Amino acid sequence: MEDIKLMKGNEAIAEGVIRAGCDGYFGYPITPQSEVLEYLMMARTEERTGMVVLQAESEIASIHMVYGGAACGKRVMTSSSSPGISLMQEGISFMAGTELPCLLLNVVRGGPGLGTIQPSQSDYFQAVKGGGHGDYKLIVLAPASVQEMYDFAKLGFDLAFKYRIQVMVLSDGAIGQMMEKVVLDEQIPRQTNEEIIKNHPWATSGKTPDRERNIITSLDLDPVKQEKINIHLQEKFKRITENEVRFETLMCDDVEYLFVAYGSSARVCQKAIQLGREKGLKVGLLRPITLFPFPYDEVAKLAKQVKGILCVEMSAGQMIEDVRLGANGAVKVEHFGRLGGIIPAPDEVLNRMEEIFISKNNYGRGTN
Amino acid sequence: MTEEIIIAGFGGQGVLSMGKILAYAGMMQNKEVSWMPSYGPEMRGGTANVTVILSDERISSPILNKFDTAIILNQQSLDKFENSVKKGGIMIYDPSGITSHPTRTDINIYTVEAADEAAKQNFKKGFNMYILGAFLKLKPVIEPAFMRKGLEKSLPSRHHHLIPENEKAIERGKEILKAKYIISTPLN
Repeated sequence: MEDIKLMKGNEAIAEGVIRAGCDGYFGYPITPQSEVLEYLMMARTEERTGMVVLQAESEIASIHMVYGGAACGKRVMTSSSSPGISLMQEGISFMAGTELPCLLLNVVRGGPGLGTIQPSQSDYFQAVKGGGHGDYKLIVLAPASVQEMYDFAKLGFDLAFKYRIQVMVLSDGAIGQMMEKVVLDEQIPRQTNEEIIKNHPWATSGKTPDRERNIITSLDLDPVKQEKINIHLQEKFKRITENEVRFETLMCDDVEYLFVAYGSSARVCQKAIQLGREKGLKVGLLRPITLFPFPYDEVAKLAKQVKGILCVEMSAGQMIEDVRLGANGAVKVEHFGRLGGIIPAPDEVLNRMEEIFISKNNYGRGTN
Repeated sequence: MTEEIIIAGFGGQGVLSMGKILAYAGMMQNKEVSWMPSYGPEMRGGTANVTVILSDERISSPILNKFDTAIILNQQSLDKFENSVKKGGIMIYDPSGITSHPTRTDINIYTVEAADEAAKQNFKKGFNMYILGAFLKLKPVIEPAFMRKGLEKSLPSRHHHLIPENEKAIERGKEILKAKYIISTPLN
């Protein structure tokens, strides 16, 4: 029989990482994601799979424990919310420099500063454009349901190891706190030491006589070598861009007015589309699932088809920069968002679309 | 079928758990469900609310500002959510402690004296079950067999011996529901 449970988003991803064969979780509690650590503690992972779950003394300690675990070729992760993720940026940059795979979860809350504990999407720039120093990218997955919180645990680890990259699940307080149905998979066994040695020859898993010593460091003072390292990283990001773009479209066959939104904003837009379609408006949704790599081509294609694009984010307008790059001037792209932890209402979103693009005095392409 | 519900009251009245029981029961009945709580500062003393959606289709937004049914358990929540009921929708509230009653004339308004009944039956912890019963009388979206499964799923097993008493309270809630204002011509 199918294993279906009613779970919070935070619980779903915690169960997801256990079942994906995670070796270690290191984290520090912060609202609205404390259920992740709580669930893992209650799940008795030591007995279930042998997975280590540790509450570190701080976020900075957590990310460096992840660094250590990942260097040994283990499937390791941490989770936090916005202020905690800011603290981790140095460690994340070090992992980018050493190409260590890991899973990171940011259940975003309103900022800047300590901000609020309510949901927000104001960490898009930090996640997608590189929060730490140096030329690097994370693969960023944006779940819009509790099921996706669960699914992206395994997907995240798979991508992290496929490319030796850090994968961030960029969620928010609403997806983390709400409960929905989740279909669970079979337990995947954790990797054995033999598998780690065989599959991850780069890992510091103990030197054997048949190979050189593995050294994991992000420091190389020779600029010629450092440039080579950087070119190698850029080639990897290019491969990811070519192969890993994920998105979902809804009601886009005949769409005239397009919403672009991710995460919980995308859910609000789905309702706005229902309301709009009832009124006879041809509204649709493009939902980026990977924020890096971003679905520029799909935006470009739809931009040629529609009369206006409204980018809906719980921020002052961050993803809109990528939507505009994709649209490349083919159609007007406007922003709507609420700030500081407020989730926009579906009719508010639809009204904004109508005001900007559909009512008489619009300045979209439709009547120019 | 899609039923969009807001349940709002004081923390400790069983607002979130009532929503959880509905969501579990809906899931057992093979419906799509979502349960979106207020988890913010208001939960730490003061009002709590939860949006529950039960549907035969994929649920769009778990976050809403218009509801088919509002279940209201205190004055602050009544003030806050009276205008969030869809035209022709339903409001159910417990009149105890309410000084300023709802005034809308485009929705159906019902009362259920759950606090009084719970005190009378000496089952104060079952307060929210009387309310739940009243709701199910008006919107029989969950079959009784699945209500039981919902209770089993959402209550810890050490409380399972209380399930029959809870079911009794649900049945009693159906009886003590009173119509307060019914719109004469149903709106579309």
